Amino acid sequence: MTQADLAERIGVTRQTVIAIEQGRYSPSLEMAFQIAQVFDVPFGDVFQYPNNPNNESGTP
Amino acid sequence: MPYEEKRAWIMVFVSVIAYTVYVALVLSRADGTALTEVSYAATMLWSIGGAILASIVLNIAVSMASAQKNLKDQRDREIHQLSQYIGQSFVVIGGVSALGMALAEVDYFWIANVIYLTFLLSAILGSVAKIMAYRRGFQLW
Repeated sequence: MTQADLAERIGVTRQTVIAIEQGRYSPSLEMAFQIAQVFDVPFGDVFQYPNNPNNESGTP
Repeated sequence: MPYEEKRAWIMVFVSVIAYTVYVALVLSRADGTALTEVSYAATMLWSIGGAILASIVLNIAVSMASAQKNLKDQRDREIHQLSQYIGQSFVVIGGVSALGMALAEVDYFWIANVIYLTFLLSAILGSVAKIMAYRRGFQLW
């Protein structure tokens, strides 16, 4: 699937898809779910949030 | 380059060129006399009108030349909203400045030019913010 195909399927421009891939734009929750749905994979397989590098357990 | 970013570049260039031409013409007429005595109103109106016309023509040309569909998506709307917030702050500054100058009974020349300048800064800074958001990235928080 090309960037243009993905963009068309979720209703955004190709530049927006590129910006998401490069980390220059965080999509809305709805857009993120749409992307995951296009690839037919769980949400967490497409988007990950890095753990706090100072605290791997996540507790303060 | 997204279509909205092209429009932002057009706004920057047209605004700067129009204002530069206006300032050059007014200063050339001063020739040692006080600036408040210079005929500026028609020049200012032609400058603003010319900028608007040039912007419309260039936007139409860019739109027709764009190979891609000029779709405005959520990211475009969010970046536009950000640029509006930044640009409109200068409109408020201009309004408050003009109010203060009017209360101080400053000459109309300076009031009009301060307002024009703040409109220019509003357009430029809003457009620069938009360009930076497209180029460097944008996070809505």
